Amino acid sequence: MTHRFVVVSKVAIWAASLAPLGLLVLQGFGYFDGLGANPVEQILNVCGKTGINLLMLTLCITPIRRSTGINRLVSFRRLLGLFAFFYLTLHFLTYALLDLGLLYPLIYGPTAAGVTPGQQLLADIAERPYITVGFTALMLLIPLAVTSTRGFQRRLGRNWTKLHRLVYVVAVLGLVHYWWQIKSDRDVGEPLFYAIVLAILLGARLQHWLVHAKPAVPASYERVEPPKTHEKPTH
Amino acid sequence: MRKRYDTGIKPSEITPESAFVNRRALLTTAVAAGLLPSIMACEAATLPASGDLFANVKKWPGSTTEKANTFEEISSYNNFYEFGTGKSDPAANAHTLKPQPWSVQVSGAAAKTGTFTLEDILKPHDLEERIYRLRCVEAWSMVIPWVGFPLADLLKRFEPTSQAKYVQFLTLADRGQMPGIRYSVLEWPYREGLTIEEAMHPLAFVAVGVYGRVMPNQNGAPIRTVIPWKYGFKSCKSIVRIHFTDTQPATSWNMAAPQEYGFYSNVHPNVDHPRWSQATERRLGGGLFAPRIPTQMFNGYADQVASLYTGLDLVKNY
Repeated sequence: MTHRFVVVSKVAIWAASLAPLGLLVLQGFGYFDGLGANPVEQILNVCGKTGINLLMLTLCITPIRRSTGINRLVSFRRLLGLFAFFYLTLHFLTYALLDLGLLYPLIYGPTAAGVTPGQQLLADIAERPYITVGFTALMLLIPLAVTSTRGFQRRLGRNWTKLHRLVYVVAVLGLVHYWWQIKSDRDVGEPLFYAIVLAILLGARLQHWLVHAKPAVPASYERVEPPKTHEKPTH
Repeated sequence: MRKRYDTGIKPSEITPESAFVNRRALLTTAVAAGLLPSIMACEAATLPASGDLFANVKKWPGSTTEKANTFEEISSYNNFYEFGTGKSDPAANAHTLKPQPWSVQVSGAAAKTGTFTLEDILKPHDLEERIYRLRCVEAWSMVIPWVGFPLADLLKRFEPTSQAKYVQFLTLADRGQMPGIRYSVLEWPYREGLTIEEAMHPLAFVAVGVYGRVMPNQNGAPIRTVIPWKYGFKSCKSIVRIHFTDTQPATSWNMAAPQEYGFYSNVHPNVDHPRWSQATERRLGGGLFAPRIPTQMFNGYADQVASLYTGLDLVKNY
């Protein structure tokens, strides 16, 4: 992979990752059939789904890198991961600000309902299991996003890899969050699809760890060794 | 303005509510049978789309004065799992439903049972427009101008016996017309039920249209119930069977998740869904920055219906 290829790919990832947000904005102004009868729900769903998709893509990088030996793939991982964090944050903000209306009492004055949006938010996080789980997943993503820089990678060294294994927990919690929202236990088609993808991605890691006997060399950014060549030196 | 024909009568005046449907098919049949000269059929077939408007729809005085949702909103955001589980799936897929010809089977504890054509069902009833709030169990709501007639008026015609303690309604379940039937997300056919007292309540309604027009397929054409003080799923769309029984009938959502959806499913702001609060709702049509509004007991119809539930624990009987 040439440097030029990496740059072009990164531009493409930026464009593709921002496309769902761009579409939402255009729909918000009435283009592309608009946001539909329930615009808040539409934004919530698009951001949540895009976040999960990007998280899954982030988790694809390491298994693909290992099986193909194209180590520079790892340079896309942070970008995808940060875009996943970006959309999942938007997902949460849409719920808190637009759906619950966290700031609406400041704008519209006190609500007629018995509880304020702020109380509702806390109650939801504490009492609604799918929100508890989703909120936890997002909170766990924050340290990963903060420490995603090269500087932190260097400083934390081996611990960086350990810390970033939290992404597996985040992915599982995110999927549980998704699964618990379906209305009928039989309507599991989409979350089941994601569960299978996640099982494959985590399975690939498990297999790698089992094959490479301890002490396992973690797949951190700097520790990637170039693929061994069997060619003899020419001189 | 282009004149299509010159009878001097507005189409809305000559289209009886029972004949709005399948005019062309009926006429074709009539022509084929030699009952009508073909020239007449041709003329009638050029009737403008306003033929899809019902004639003589009275305004019901009890309608809410809240701003009604647009026809676009009402017909583009639907839960009708027979056409897919997404909100826009019914609008995209329901064109395959054939609301004509249609018949409804009436069975169980009633004197007059059997199969009735849609025309038989509709014939004696005057149509009225009722603007009701509709509260979905998913915590969103709309305001919808339905066209139809009281459910009690229909049910009484079948002369239910003293054994008729409950009424069950069944939706069509036809794989050919309904792509969602392939997926067993619910127990097909979709079934819903009411106590006979609920079904006979003057607010319980049979709808055949919205906004003065023939019901869009995705809203449950050609005939559906509307029970405004209950969550939306208690209404049964595209009804093919009405069954009177002395035992509480099984209902599809209760079968799918009994801990979440009970038989009664009255709108109740203080009885939360296990996974979300029912205290507030999002009234659709308010745009992106509209705050949620408080949900009202029995969806605001408490004065009329609360007496149906005297002595019943509505927390246990959710």
